[in-house]
Amino acid sequence: MREEEGVLLAGLAEHGVSRRSFLKFCTTLASAMALPPAAGLAMAEAMASARRPSVIWLPFQECTGCTESITRSHAPTIESLIFNVISLDYQETLMAAAGHQAEEALHNAIKDNFGKYLLIVDGSIPLGLDGAYSCIAGKSNLETLKEVAKGAAAIVAMGTCAAYGGIPKANPNPTGAVSVSDIIKDKPIVNIPGCPPIPVVMTGVLAHFLTFGSLPELDKLGRPKAFYGETIHDRCYRRAFYDQGKFAKTFDDEGARNGWCLFELGCKGPVTYNACATAKWNGGTSWPVESGHGCLGCSEPDFWDAGSFYKALSMPASPLKVAAGAAVAGAALGAAVSFANRTKKGAAKAGHETTTLPDLEK
Amino acid sequence: MSELQLLTWARGSGLDLAIGIFLMGVLWRLFEIYSLGRKKDLAEPRTVAGASGMSTVLRRSIPPAGMLKNSPVTYVAGYVFHVGLAIIVFFFAPHIKLFEGLLGFSWPGLPSQIVDFAAVLTIIAMLVLLFDRITKPVKRYLSTFQDWFTWTLTFLPVLTGWMAVQHLLLPYTTMLALHILTAELLLIFLPFTKLFHAFTVFGSRWYNGTVNGHKGVAV
Repeated sequence: MREEEGVLLAGLAEHGVSRRSFLKFCTTLASAMALPPAAGLAMAEAMASARRPSVIWLPFQECTGCTESITRSHAPTIESLIFNVISLDYQETLMAAAGHQAEEALHNAIKDNFGKYLLIVDGSIPLGLDGAYSCIAGKSNLETLKEVAKGAAAIVAMGTCAAYGGIPKANPNPTGAVSVSDIIKDKPIVNIPGCPPIPVVMTGVLAHFLTFGSLPELDKLGRPKAFYGETIHDRCYRRAFYDQGKFAKTFDDEGARNGWCLFELGCKGPVTYNACATAKWNGGTSWPVESGHGCLGCSEPDFWDAGSFYKALSMPASPLKVAAGAAVAGAALGAAVSFANRTKKGAAKAGHETTTLPDLEK
Repeated sequence: MSELQLLTWARGSGLDLAIGIFLMGVLWRLFEIYSLGRKKDLAEPRTVAGASGMSTVLRRSIPPAGMLKNSPVTYVAGYVFHVGLAIIVFFFAPHIKLFEGLLGFSWPGLPSQIVDFAAVLTIIAMLVLLFDRITKPVKRYLSTFQDWFTWTLTFLPVLTGWMAVQHLLLPYTTMLALHILTAELLLIFLPFTKLFHAFTVFGSRWYNGTVNGHKGVAV
């Protein structure tokens, strides 16, 4: 038991992280997830004694941006070290094994930890052409997902593609891409959308799973409420300028230099639920709005098809198609009715008979 | 369909359809009304001070003598909600962006607190008018379905817009979608109900003023 307990702490010590800063990290994480203060200690204890839970990471129709985000943006911090202590038994991008060896690792992990492993999926699943758009080891992503999901304790849909279909699902969705939850209905699934998602969100969900053996509280779209409970706009440090009506009109005008609100430049912050404004990116360095670009809304379903990234939320999402024709039709209709009215009037005038005195005496 | 998808539909196809029906209706009715014309009045025109189309347009913008005292609610609340609507529709920054997207030009907006204040006043004024319409027997007797319907059509976009900005009841995305959808309903029905006065009010005043002015009557 002591040996197992040492796995994480020894790993941390090797990287110069003291027990004290580990506790501090756990408390911060617990507070980020809106858990009571005592949960920080519980998390620290649970993670310190964690039995290297097996994690299988399946990549489908994806760009590896999610893996990049998780593995590289924070290194070498405690977040990345937690990944060192989980037993990442299958991750194509990171594993040394290839070909048959990789497949063997996958099958061994499923067999040895059946019903207990955590399945992380990034990328969407193509259903078009019987799933032929994306295959690994001669199997379609659909087949693989169904097979691996069977023995999973829980599934994490990493990134917007796995959570909602993402960019592969963008109109006209040539591959027939769908999300994990479109296929798997009988397992607990947590969506961690974002393009890519924020590393601390991933760590938080993992820590929660290790500590409590369950997934955190989720919103209607399957996202952890603790991180996706509020919009970017509501937490944005530029919000005051929105309220004052001070907007940047271009990316290099005075307003932009003064750090005014980016709403008019197309920021989707008001309709995007994510933690960028509070958790920030690259170890708290900055985040898109802070660097001067509006939010794209990447943690929302179908964000790619929600109109131009550079058009304000109150502007038409697509060019008007019917309107011009309808205006012409209206004018034509008006002219036709006018013509009919005039003809009627003319006919009445022409048909007018003069009434004479004898007519009245008749 | 998620909230964002509903919002995108409202901002895309929904808006397109609503503006299409709006433009069709407005052009149709304007053509029809103004092409009717009037019979030429062959009588010698009389000249009386203040009896002209333009003076009627201006005169009817202020209450006639004694009327303000007679029905203060109608006048005061009526003014408040009309001016309030104008401020909200034409001077709220996101609305100006919509006009820019549709028309290609824009103008400066007002700080959102001022627009917010105007929205609250508009909502109160409209509720007062509704209450007045329900409680005053004569007003209620004169009211038809269209009066209640157009009140609702006008009230809903104001209410949902204000609630969206204030983050009340529903998530912002859903409320914004509802706001846009109710505004689209307003656009669709505007040309075919009494709300069309937005386009004809000054024209009909001018007609009245001119026709009566010819007879030497300042109306």
